[in-house]
Amino acid sequence: MEDNKDFINKNYIEYVKGVSPKTNQKRTLLHAFWVGGVICSIGQTFRYLLQFGFNLSGDELSGYVSMIMIFLGAFLTGLGIYDRIGKYAGGGSIVPITGFANSVVSPAIEFKTEGFIYGTAAKMFVIAGPIIVFGIVSSVIVGLLYFIGFRIF
Amino acid sequence: MKRTIYFKNHPKIIATSTVAGPKESNGSINKYFEVKLNDDMFGEDTFEKAETKMLYTVIKNSIKNAKYDEDNIDCIIAGDLLNQIISSTFSARKFKCGYLGVYNACATFSESLIVGASMVDGGYMNNVICCSSSHFSSAERQYRYPLELGNTRPPQSQWTITGAGASLISSNGVGPMITAGTIGRVVDYGITDANNMGAAMAPAACDTLFAHFKETGLTPDYYDLIITGDLGTLGSRILKDLIWEKGYDIEKQHVDCGELVYNICEQEYQGGSGAGCSALVFNSYVYNKLNKGLYKKVLLVATGALLSTVSTQQGESIPAIAHAVVVEGNI
Repeated sequence: MEDNKDFINKNYIEYVKGVSPKTNQKRTLLHAFWVGGVICSIGQTFRYLLQFGFNLSGDELSGYVSMIMIFLGAFLTGLGIYDRIGKYAGGGSIVPITGFANSVVSPAIEFKTEGFIYGTAAKMFVIAGPIIVFGIVSSVIVGLLYFIGFRIF
Repeated sequence: MKRTIYFKNHPKIIATSTVAGPKESNGSINKYFEVKLNDDMFGEDTFEKAETKMLYTVIKNSIKNAKYDEDNIDCIIAGDLLNQIISSTFSARKFKCGYLGVYNACATFSESLIVGASMVDGGYMNNVICCSSSHFSSAERQYRYPLELGNTRPPQSQWTITGAGASLISSNGVGPMITAGTIGRVVDYGITDANNMGAAMAPAACDTLFAHFKETGLTPDYYDLIITGDLGTLGSRILKDLIWEKGYDIEKQHVDCGELVYNICEQEYQGGSGAGCSALVFNSYVYNKLNKGLYKKVLLVATGALLSTVSTQQGESIPAIAHAVVVEGNI
């Protein structure tokens, strides 16, 4: 980027920063907090229902809860409701597992017009792909650290 | 170096046509639009086909509005935002006349007017159609995220317009005349935020306006209206500051197409943008006022941000351009 430097106008960039509207953080944090909280409470409700109603526990229990929440996220995306929630809540609806479902289903719907193979299937992980890659890489690193730490102490 | 050209034979805009999307049709200047869509798919099965149909419709309707036949048209000059300007080429394949594809992002419409007016003024052609379009949904999936993805937009962002507009420029007939044009220069002040198009494009608009005033010797008072393409609220403010620093005050004459299109209270933050923005507003609202004699001299300065998804991801800043066209009423 060496040749980029001669036209960059530092004064102008500073000036633009000054006049650009700022995100109202108090409001967006509040929105994210209560919507994210409601989504997690719904998940917890299903957890109690399955735990006490169907006597599930451990991995089985969390697996079923995740499946239900992923289904709900995907379903609401298909109905065109989840993007409206997301526009309001921001991080509050992106961080829970329903947001992950939304990020897989939305490109799948969007690129359907390019066919099932090159559209839906190929573009399905355009947004979720990096999350999966970094998720796996960091879990491997944490696993290794845990393994080494377990051996030493 | 000279960037302003004068059209001595005064090519005339004898007819225009517009198609506006559902959101635009509920905006503040909706009564001037010719075709208002209820459905942003326009009866097609993809957004790209819908945009192509919008462009086809404005070309067809502008010929009809001029009471001309398809055989009278010598050339179509069109552009849009999609990769390889497919909306323009795909709509032009249904016509027999010549076709020139142009691209300058959201400045495409004024670029096509300059090329078209030059063709007609030079006597090479008699009737030329200049048009451009954009579609929110097709642009969004190319430049940003899928529509159904639940994400927030930053407050400096703009909303790509769903709309198309066409002007039929002719060597004879009655209508507002194109008398001059100032060709823009690619200007880059180093803005890298692809959501802040207004800030990226304002320096280009300032550069073109300054060149125009300097080369013609005119002042902003000469015009009834100086209308920029899609700077939005923030970009307009920056432009006024920048041009004021150069010794010109455009506060009284300046209006921005992107600011006009939507009702202010909506969620679209800085207003509309896109290649269809200036085409839609100029060919409906401004053309109507020019024809009624309410505006006599209009300076259209459409601005374009010349970025691509690749350049943004590679961390490049956003170069921008603005072309100015002088349109004078005939009444």
